[in-house]
Amino acid sequence: AAAMTMNADLRRERAAATFQPLLLTHILDGGPERTRRRKEIEALVLNDPDFQHEDLNFLSRSQRYEQAIRKSSLMVMKLREYGIADPEEIFWFKSFVHRGRPEPLDLHLGMFLPTLLTQATPEQQDRFFMPAWNLEIIGTYAQTEMGHGTHLRGLETTATYDPATQEFILNSPTVTSIKWWPGGLGKTSNHAIVLAQLYTQGQCKGLHAFIVPIRQLGTHEPLPGITVGDIGPKFGYDEMDNGYLKMDNFRIPRENMLMKYAQVEPDGTYVKPLSDKLTYGTMVFIRSLIVGDSARSLSRACTIAIRYSAVRHQSELKPGEPEPQILDYQTQQYKLFPLLAAAYAFHFVGAYIKDTYHRISGDINEGDLSELPELHALTAGLKAFTSWTANAGIEECRMACGGHGYSRCSGIPDIYVTFTPSCTYEGENTVMMLQTARFLVKSYTQVSSGQQVTGMVSYLNDLSRQRIQPQHVAARTVTMRVNDPVSLVEAYKARAAWLVEAAAKNLQAELNHRKSKEDAWNRTSVDLVRASEAHCHYVVVKLFAAKLSEVTNAAVRAVLTDLCLLYALFGISKNTGDFLQAGILTSAQITQVNQHVKELLAVIRPNAVALVDSFDFHDVHLGSVLGRYDGNVYENMFEWAKKSPLNKTQVHESFHKHLKPMQAKL
Amino acid sequence: SVNPDLASERQTASFCVEKLTALLDGGTEQTRIRRAVVEAIQSDPVFSTENQYFQTQNERYEAAVRKAVHLQKKMHEMGWTENGPEHKYIYRALSGDVAFLLHRVFMRSISVLGSDKQIAKWIPLATHLRLIGSYAQTELGHGTYLQGLETTAVFDIATQEFILNTPKISAMKWWPGDMGRSATHTVVFAQLYIHGKCYGIHPFIVQIRSLQDHSLCPGITAGDIGPKMNFEAIDNGYLMLKNVRVPRENMLSKFCEVRPDGTYVRQGSQKINYFTMTTVRISLISDEVLTPLMKACTIAIRYSVVRRQSKLKPGEQEAKILDYQTQQEKLLPQLAAAYAFHFINDYLQELFDRGYREIQRKNFDMLPELHALSSGFKAVITHHCTAAVEICLRACGGHGYSLLSGLPSLYTKILASCIYEGENTILLLQTARFLIKCFMAASAGQPVPPSVTYLAAVKPGKCPAKNKLDFLSPDIYTEAYQHVAVRLISSTAAKLQDLVQSGAKKYDAWNQCTVQLVQAAKAHCHYITVKNFAETVEKLETKAGIQRIMKHLCDLFALHGIFSNTGAFLHDGYISAAQMDMVTASYLDLLAVIRKDAVPLVDAFDFTDKSLNSALGSYDGQVYQRLYEWAQKSPTNKMSPAYEKYLKPLLHNTLSKL
Repeated sequence: AAAMTMNADLRRERAAATFQPLLLTHILDGGPERTRRRKEIEALVLNDPDFQHEDLNFLSRSQRYEQAIRKSSLMVMKLREYGIADPEEIFWFKSFVHRGRPEPLDLHLGMFLPTLLTQATPEQQDRFFMPAWNLEIIGTYAQTEMGHGTHLRGLETTATYDPATQEFILNSPTVTSIKWWPGGLGKTSNHAIVLAQLYTQGQCKGLHAFIVPIRQLGTHEPLPGITVGDIGPKFGYDEMDNGYLKMDNFRIPRENMLMKYAQVEPDGTYVKPLSDKLTYGTMVFIRSLIVGDSARSLSRACTIAIRYSAVRHQSELKPGEPEPQILDYQTQQYKLFPLLAAAYAFHFVGAYIKDTYHRISGDINEGDLSELPELHALTAGLKAFTSWTANAGIEECRMACGGHGYSRCSGIPDIYVTFTPSCTYEGENTVMMLQTARFLVKSYTQVSSGQQVTGMVSYLNDLSRQRIQPQHVAARTVTMRVNDPVSLVEAYKARAAWLVEAAAKNLQAELNHRKSKEDAWNRTSVDLVRASEAHCHYVVVKLFAAKLSEVTNAAVRAVLTDLCLLYALFGISKNTGDFLQAGILTSAQITQVNQHVKELLAVIRPNAVALVDSFDFHDVHLGSVLGRYDGNVYENMFEWAKKSPLNKTQVHESFHKHLKPMQAKL
Repeated sequence: SVNPDLASERQTASFCVEKLTALLDGGTEQTRIRRAVVEAIQSDPVFSTENQYFQTQNERYEAAVRKAVHLQKKMHEMGWTENGPEHKYIYRALSGDVAFLLHRVFMRSISVLGSDKQIAKWIPLATHLRLIGSYAQTELGHGTYLQGLETTAVFDIATQEFILNTPKISAMKWWPGDMGRSATHTVVFAQLYIHGKCYGIHPFIVQIRSLQDHSLCPGITAGDIGPKMNFEAIDNGYLMLKNVRVPRENMLSKFCEVRPDGTYVRQGSQKINYFTMTTVRISLISDEVLTPLMKACTIAIRYSVVRRQSKLKPGEQEAKILDYQTQQEKLLPQLAAAYAFHFINDYLQELFDRGYREIQRKNFDMLPELHALSSGFKAVITHHCTAAVEICLRACGGHGYSLLSGLPSLYTKILASCIYEGENTILLLQTARFLIKCFMAASAGQPVPPSVTYLAAVKPGKCPAKNKLDFLSPDIYTEAYQHVAVRLISSTAAKLQDLVQSGAKKYDAWNQCTVQLVQAAKAHCHYITVKNFAETVEKLETKAGIQRIMKHLCDLFALHGIFSNTGAFLHDGYISAAQMDMVTASYLDLLAVIRKDAVPLVDAFDFTDKSLNSALGSYDGQVYQRLYEWAQKSPTNKMSPAYEKYLKPLLHNTLSKL
């Protein structure tokens, strides 16, 4: 019973908060009703004995896979039993069942089924959809190859049409063409949607998607001509059987090519698809999910690090006094609070993209694609910007927990290894930044030629009016009020404009020197990435500042305003060079920014624990001994350690095998 | 056969790789010995690391114990000794996966802290592994702040024993290596109480496991602390003591002794002990920090010339990813940093050797400076290299994420170095304290240690560079680094003084300035690193091609530092906005220059394929073939029970019943 009481430090922290965390939780969830429903689903999963198991940290990879597949099958059944069909509710359910980890059916549910819906003909849907829905067919989506990821046109797998038998012959002609990485491919799936270069009538028609059976229904043995397996251990994703797939003259019927858009007729005639811009929509959607994931993963790490920093006491601040909570050290606050602010910022950015996507997806269905290019460019950059920040931030949180952060019991190592691939998948971050840069340069060129641009890049319109040399310092200087988010947005805007202009001019200078466009682009790419980052940074600050006016509760608005100011000012203090070099801020203003950052740390300090409580992660979901809601850290670390596999026997077998024989000899 | 994309990189080296390897080793003879040791170890199947990425914690631990036991035999066979020239290469050859590393710390602590009598008793037993030692300092609730440790040792005059106790859960010893399963003895640090009075932290030798059957001794609770990010092979442990009695002779008593009547006596100077602690921080840099970074650079750079992606020019073959400026900008600064820190490590080793000789002569003048340097550089180097390894990992895209790339384990291992032997932020604040003190002294015209004399010569002024080539002059950039270090130290000192003068308590003023103090300490170390790199390059004159390429790397290291911290250099206008554009231009130009020698520069680190243990980084560049073959050996590709137990019922209509 003693262990049930809350740690006194945390109790004090919570009592001292100036706002009600629940109100902030409602804002994060999108309303009190959403919060209620989320918690209802959470209770449904967490109270279900079927979803309980041993701490995954103590299991081998094979065992973790086994647990995941067990839970996944139950999950699918229970989702249907409970009639949960709303995508966000499914997402919550899944996330509670798997505690934020990936699972082997992710690709089946997230890619295989949706691709059938969007790219299969009605006949194909009849054949495949219901069996897949009922999990008689489990599929994955095999795009990435060992030698090719980002550059899709470079994929080497071939599908050659044979009109004699009306079949496609699939081949992996080289080692580099082996499909590599698809989740669920290694052990789970019996089908895959394979992307391959289509050859018909002797011509290559580019990449197309094919439904390929890979394992025998019934025995689950690989089919003749198919080599399939697990790609081995990874940094994280232990429960996921990322797989390889090699095909040798493997034949599938003509009807297995996904033919809603492009088609191959029985005689081999190729019929072209109408538009390919539609795929933008899916990409925007997936990247918006990653922005949300950046927010959530960083929030989890902050929750753990900040609660632990309130429980942990160390050294002395004042001679003779008891050891202070480490959260009272300025250096600790400086590590954690800007990340806390970033986590909130990214929540609002993620929500904004999702809303925008839903707003314009109606237009998309109507065939109006006018807003898509900007949204597509923006989400590419924001995906990279938020995932880079979150990736580094999670590590910072772990480091801030000292030695104990390094133990798996802290939960942060797991958050990190699960999150870090998002810097790579769905578009490698540097490549994403360059996509955004392409849009920025295009917009800049439009402005230069006298056209107006709209949306998030509209600040570029001002440049044509200014026409100022970058070195001309005084002219750009903004009147900055460190307490006013709107004024800080202006500073970020000026910085973005300066960097976009500089990159565009450098690109032009390179083009003047060289023949090849690609070469010039490559030689400017470091500048271009900087410009994109500055643009994204501006967008994040802008969206955060805009969010404040929507908050009605005064106490909550006050604390969010502090966070917004900290986010913006910290960003300036970390990039002072840009603001100084562009002449946007003076050294005196920079000194003022640095000073105000430190003052804000002290202002936020009393609300720090309440601010992470507002994220409302259940202990089971958080999976951290250091971040427990009740703060009883040390007792539970000991309980956790006792379950370690090395502790299974009192005397380890190594003693009898190695130590004892040696000691006997000496 | 070597992948042609990698082979072509080697044909155009602008310098002699073998000569650079010798330079890194400290001479051709050293290279020869190192290779012999590596060969002897890596050709022995007992030391194989082949399957380690597939193994469980239990298997890794067992392998580490087996290797440690075998190593004794091997050393004997090969005629290697603890003091021989081969010794320092053994650990590198093993890639660290061996048990009983704490045993050596156990022995060293007895040698340093023990009386002659204690040394005579324990060291021979430990040398012959009659017992296995560990070193138990850190507790669950306390790490960095030693005075806060809670374990107690109460002297009982009646029995002439110390009674050791863990009074509460946070006092449990937590983290010591080799203690979870292996150790029979450990040095326990505890608060000494005599007649109810506390005398502070002291070391005690405590037996924790039976020498007969390895069972735990009475009063002892011990075990493994559970899985970590890395170090699966090491049984980091916990230890709880309940009325454990050890004889009076078990308190290590070179400096402090408890007499039979309970009188407490201090003797000798603790300063040598203090110096030993300081040297540990420097000694870990080479094996624990530089080696992982050099391996990561080797893997990432070799892979980046094998991997082709997208096209740089229409109609051409897809480009090597190292030909992309953004990829160069990720990797080449890390390569430059590996060299920069290699040379600063040489400098520090030399300084510490000299310090050691002085201390032997009872001259302790160098101690504060050595302490400040060791703290600051340990923090700066571990932090920088950890970030660098992560950059290498992420620069390898998806395949970097596979354990078979070798990069995840390099990363999870090196990052522990940011915490052990002193948490980095705290170490930087110790360096900052020294710098502030020296700055005050220098301002008052008092003498200061050599590494900080620059603080006395504060020159206002502006950077004299006129064009981008001027920024390839070591004088220009070294001055700029010096200027920033002085500015940050002096402005923080001024701020501290202001706060105190306006009535703030000293400790409060200190805490309010800690963010700035950390920045000042980093700037100091960065400056010394750049200066030392430039000076090292200057001394390389005669060696063919080597000096030129090292000069490029030095320039790159320096300019990358300015490029990534432009604000620090622009702040007071020392470098102007126009000059900053020159820095950027010079920096980006250098990337293209060093790109050509990137592969030879990592080849010079001279890691064997077995040392790298990476599917992406092998010398022959047969990346994809190796990745494919290796993956098939994964245990997950053996028949898994998951199919029969879960998948089969799932696939066979469980759901359609719904």
